[in-house]
Amino acid sequence: MTRLTGGVIDHETALRFTFNGKTYSGRKGDTLASALLANGVQLVGRSFKYHRPRGVLSAGSEEPNALVTLRGGAREEPNTRATVTELFDGLVARSQNHVGPLHRDVMAVNDLLSPLFASGFYYKTFMWPRAFWEKLYEPLIRHAAGLGRLSGEADPDAYDKGFLHCDLLVIGGGAAGLAAALAAGRAGVKVILADEDFQFGGRLLAETHQLDGMPATSWVTAVMAELSGLENVRLMPRTTVFGAYDHGIYGAVERVSDHVSAADGEVRQTLWRITAKRSVLAAGATERHIPFPNNDRPGIMLAGAMRAYANRWAASPTRHPSDPVIIFTNNDDGHRTATDLLAKGVPVTAVVDPRDDAPTFGAYELITGVVDDTKGRLGLTSVRVTQNGQSRWMPCGALGVSGGWNPNVHLSSHHRSKPVWDEALLAFVPGKDLPNGMIVAGAAVGQGTTAKALRSGMEAAVSSLAALGISAERIDLPDADDTAAAQTAFWHVSRKGRAWVDFQNDVTVKDIVLAHQENMRPVEHLKRWTTLGMATDQGKTSNISALAVMAELTGKSLPETGTTIFRPPYTGVTLSVLGGGDTGKHFRPTRYTPTHQWSASQGATFVEVGAWLRAQYFVQPGETHWRQSVDREVLAVRRGVGLCDVTTLGKIDVQGPDAAEFLNRIYCNMMGTLAVGRVRYGLMLREDGHAYDDGTCARLSENHFVVTTTTANAALVYRNMEFARQCLWPDLNVSLISTTDAWAQIAVAGPNSRTLLSRVVDGFDLSNEVFPFMACAELTVCGGLRARLFRISFSGELAYEIAVPARYGNALMERLAQVGADLGATPYGTEALGVMRIEKGHAAGSELNGQTTAQMLSLGRMVSEKKDSIGAVMSRREGLAQDKRRLVGFRPVDKSEAIVAGSHLFTQGETRNTTTDQGWITSAAYSPHVGSSIAIGFLEEGDARMGEVVIAANPLEGREVRVEVVSPHFVDPEGGRLRD
Amino acid sequence: MLIPHPLLGLRDAQEFTYLGDASLLNRPDASSPDAAVAFYDYVYLRDNPAGVHRELWFHEQGDRSWLIVTRNTLTHEILNAELAFKSAVKSEVLA
Amino acid sequence: MRYSGFRVIKEALLGQKGWRPLWRDPEPQPRYDYVIVGGGGHGLATAYYLAKTFQKSRIAVLEKGWLGSGNIGRNTTIIRSNYLLPGNEPFYEFSMKLWENLEQETNFNSMVSQRGIINLIHTDAQRDAYRRRGNAMLFAGADAQLLSPNELREMVPFLNYDNARFPIKGGLLQRRAGTARHDGVAWGYARGADMRGVDIIQNCEVTGMRIEGGKVLGVETSRGYIAAGKVGVAVAGSSSRVMSMAGMRLPIESHVLQAFVSEGLKPVIPGVITFGAGHFYVSQSDKGGLVFGGDIDGYNSYAQRGNLPVVEDVLEGGMALMPMIGRARLLRSWGGVMDMSMDGSPIIDRTSVDGLYFNGGWCYGGFKATPASGFAFAHLLATDRPHETATAYRLDRFARGYLIDEKGVGAQPNLH
Repeated sequence: MTRLTGGVIDHETALRFTFNGKTYSGRKGDTLASALLANGVQLVGRSFKYHRPRGVLSAGSEEPNALVTLRGGAREEPNTRATVTELFDGLVARSQNHVGPLHRDVMAVNDLLSPLFASGFYYKTFMWPRAFWEKLYEPLIRHAAGLGRLSGEADPDAYDKGFLHCDLLVIGGGAAGLAAALAAGRAGVKVILADEDFQFGGRLLAETHQLDGMPATSWVTAVMAELSGLENVRLMPRTTVFGAYDHGIYGAVERVSDHVSAADGEVRQTLWRITAKRSVLAAGATERHIPFPNNDRPGIMLAGAMRAYANRWAASPTRHPSDPVIIFTNNDDGHRTATDLLAKGVPVTAVVDPRDDAPTFGAYELITGVVDDTKGRLGLTSVRVTQNGQSRWMPCGALGVSGGWNPNVHLSSHHRSKPVWDEALLAFVPGKDLPNGMIVAGAAVGQGTTAKALRSGMEAAVSSLAALGISAERIDLPDADDTAAAQTAFWHVSRKGRAWVDFQNDVTVKDIVLAHQENMRPVEHLKRWTTLGMATDQGKTSNISALAVMAELTGKSLPETGTTIFRPPYTGVTLSVLGGGDTGKHFRPTRYTPTHQWSASQGATFVEVGAWLRAQYFVQPGETHWRQSVDREVLAVRRGVGLCDVTTLGKIDVQGPDAAEFLNRIYCNMMGTLAVGRVRYGLMLREDGHAYDDGTCARLSENHFVVTTTTANAALVYRNMEFARQCLWPDLNVSLISTTDAWAQIAVAGPNSRTLLSRVVDGFDLSNEVFPFMACAELTVCGGLRARLFRISFSGELAYEIAVPARYGNALMERLAQVGADLGATPYGTEALGVMRIEKGHAAGSELNGQTTAQMLSLGRMVSEKKDSIGAVMSRREGLAQDKRRLVGFRPVDKSEAIVAGSHLFTQGETRNTTTDQGWITSAAYSPHVGSSIAIGFLEEGDARMGEVVIAANPLEGREVRVEVVSPHFVDPEGGRLRD
Repeated sequence: MLIPHPLLGLRDAQEFTYLGDASLLNRPDASSPDAAVAFYDYVYLRDNPAGVHRELWFHEQGDRSWLIVTRNTLTHEILNAELAFKSAVKSEVLA
Repeated sequence: MRYSGFRVIKEALLGQKGWRPLWRDPEPQPRYDYVIVGGGGHGLATAYYLAKTFQKSRIAVLEKGWLGSGNIGRNTTIIRSNYLLPGNEPFYEFSMKLWENLEQETNFNSMVSQRGIINLIHTDAQRDAYRRRGNAMLFAGADAQLLSPNELREMVPFLNYDNARFPIKGGLLQRRAGTARHDGVAWGYARGADMRGVDIIQNCEVTGMRIEGGKVLGVETSRGYIAAGKVGVAVAGSSSRVMSMAGMRLPIESHVLQAFVSEGLKPVIPGVITFGAGHFYVSQSDKGGLVFGGDIDGYNSYAQRGNLPVVEDVLEGGMALMPMIGRARLLRSWGGVMDMSMDGSPIIDRTSVDGLYFNGGWCYGGFKATPASGFAFAHLLATDRPHETATAYRLDRFARGYLIDEKGVGAQPNLH
């Protein structure tokens, strides 16, 4: 154990956890990383490419090394950063990306072969023989690549998403963020304070600074107590604001129950879309390291992290309490680690600092020089220190490295604002054109001392509120340290050997040198050629060092060499939470028809039609194959009477003195001349002249029409009609409303339909004379229920559609079935509906697929020349007008063969390829009426080829059928039945 | 994105359906001799500016009004939003 | 310098000292016979084939940023030839054949990986439509296979078969489809073109066109005027901006498409899978990241970034389709500007200005077309005749009504 005293952990509450099967004890307040360190565990993982042994590098979300697989079974969570994993009792973690035990990874052979694996090597080889890429090389690479493993099981946890609104969003709860939240909170505005950590305080928890002469943690405690008491402040710990989107919307993930062993029904994580009038980005800074040979051994960590582990978590970085610690830093801040660790009783033997004028802050040896090599394969044992050309090996159990700090500007550049170089800070700071309303404060904008962070946070809040017209009072800030840490531009140690820049992806200084040699110099080429910065930390710990090395090679300045723009997310976001839990059946809402319950009681099988669930067919006792049910339903309609819920078809009410003129312009055919009480078939074109949608239009009164659309286009046609009304012809006095959901509509079809309907209408004369084919009326049924009746037919039989207010749909269906029992009233579903419309040659979705024209549908004459309408002009273009494909019917020459939709049509004896293709089968079905398979489809000059035998070829399924071209009207071509 | 609906205030863009360039308001006269060319231009050709763009949005999950939104395609900043109906009436009157 | 496994071993032993730059950084010459505007995949491929296949010289590629910085630098790397319409399918199949020999052709491993693509089927009507498409692919000489639910389950057992809102009823498989390492494609062509004398000029933005008497004379650039015999424009999302310099309006809108990659994972997804009832497609890179995408954001944009609703929409689809990916994490998202054409298909054609040629309108499917687009554009530039597989990609097809509208949604770019 290397547990120290003090810190912000609860030493009294022990938590048991296992790592690689071994049980350890941590403390409440630990992260997995701090608990492992406190147990003397340095080796925690393996690198991506060379499988180098690796230890904890950082104390935050930038961690590239300490990635573990958390939990087990379906809850297994790969690539989890131990440094931000809040310890809980019973936590189970395993290291990943190794074959065999962690300390004897077989794949470490890659490290010996590393000269072969120089950056970009794979672009230069594995090309011969061609077929070996998929068969041999790629599987080997894929097997070796990747980090953790998915369990392969569905994520069993619950997720949620929600919206939040505030005046001020404060991102980051360190010194700057707390000052901002406190100032805004006291001003009474709505504040959200979010921090990725489970404790607010940021670096204040990790430092030994004093505020007003008291430990900083006391101030944090007091501020948090005050903020918790403010109703206008929402505190969101464990919440990562991962992206800045347009117009002040921020994406954030709250880890609601990741810190407990079992969620107990609570959601695991919540996706918040936070709409903030203003925001303060106080995300702090990330320490960078200094590349030097063999700088990647377990036990080498960022100096600031080492300090955080000692101060906040009371964890020493070494395996044994007596192991000496050395610091390698190019700045004063690194020295703080030495003094803080010494104060905790950790033996710090030396601080190595390349600066000639480096000061000493405590009782340690100051060596003016560099660390340029290390030993200790599975854990650091010694480091080589070179001073004035003299080198010596010094025993060392842990090395803290500090190369300065990079402001966490990420969210400030999510709108593609380029960070700018600050030569004094030796770092990129936020540039111009930040996301609207964002002010950056604290270390994130280089205001890194505690005093400056507090002040800039408060000022950011005051300015933010001022921009909203709210004057907020400045708060009293505690006295705090304001000593800027001096540093020098010392970027890496030049010496033979591999010096890691990107730890996870194993990119070394040599790789950057090679990229330079091969002219992969623009920063994006450098990244892509070497994979630098593309690991799970997205370059947080490596990008600037790499730029500095490249700048040195090109002789350009660092900002000339390049900057990196950051894109969301700031840190990895669980895919499940972005999906928000809308999985399985909840992926999309389900729309039920008004008669759904009744249909279910009648044995319906349902089918998805867009968002709707419709009855597909009704299985009766004894029926074992769906075709039996469908054939029975079809014959029942053709011989008796059938009932089908057709509510899903779109219904649009069109009212007003100019309704007739409006519809003339919407439909390609004349609609204004429609008589009151009559219905007409209508075809709509798109403005580009192609067929769009068809349906009926009923004129209920002089100024009142009801338009029906296909199910698929219900919303779209309404949208287009509103566009025409509001944008194209605002002078027309017409109003529109979609009533698809308001009216239940039932098709009553078949020779007995009139008789059946006569039993429910309230004294309405259904005779052919009074209510002929294509008539419509408003009436009452069942003793006073408001209804609309349309004598229209999709099946080709005598048929009606009756509409009643949606809530009466189910009751009407029950009534019709009940009073029609003796007439053979039979429910039928979409399959029978589809068979009958093919028998009748009616176009549906497969024919109205957006690629076809009125002419192709043999409806060309409907496009009126007498008036303008949507699409009329463009329908006359050469390419459309000269298209000779026509919708025709097909019958198999051999009646026992089945035609399949999607088959392509070819002239007999012709070779078959793209250029000889003559058309395709759009819809096919078995027709119980015809007694064979039938089909409709588009055929070149089809209308002139009646009687010709062509080939319906379906090589995809190894089939072809000889088919005869026939009229698409297989049933009652003269239309006598529907007019009787 | 948030769209400042002239009647309803700031509304989430998810409530809207996007159509495109507001030039779609200016449907050509089908009876003019150059109707074929004018419609080709109307239906297919776009300025597609990198910068300020007047465009049509439909408040489909809302009050079902069509809006003309003036938005910068480089920054997504919204400069103005007005009812297309009013604008269309106005332009007819002016014509 | 020839790349090979032998060379890699030799250089490993010699300390990597022998590797040469992949391409030069030449100063622009005052005049070229061919100036290609746009150093993305299509522009680089065009220059490569102009030099290699059509034996032309004095060729420059002008790139405003770094080569490969366009959509070739950020896409979901899918290659396929599973189109329906006769205007498209032969072209994309030609592209697929070029992909199949690309590495041997350019001596650069672009990691073309024919791991297959599956388009899932959720309804009977969708099966009919895919049957029509699969047959169209076969008649054009491509490969296609209709998968039964059982065959599908065997290939990709991890989909949500048992509790899906939209049941999975099979799939259309193209085995020869797959992925390629997108940067590697740009680099392979760039290196190949450079070796054949093409000047690839980076950080050279075209700011104007010099046109006299209906003929293009050259281009103004941020690095000075460059005279040109012929100018070929292949600038994807910037098409309208560049062609407006020649006074042209295009049947194109620029839209943003987001794409996503997860943290690295051990192999779990074998090929490319496309959801048919939501907007989601996914593959896994050789490095282990799940690479996925969905719909475009849907509004005109040059911002190269998108918004959260589409991120959510894509992941809703992803989680509905394969709930086993849920505990992985999104690592990075990016947004590219897509040249969405009015019928969803591209344009490779001459223009009304003599000597000015246009290649664009690729929507978000340009990557897979890279080899054929380059070849066909080079063919057009070199011979003034369209390549046989690209005859339908005319600029006047919109006026004349010969549209290539795979989705059947008409003149609304954000729906293609």
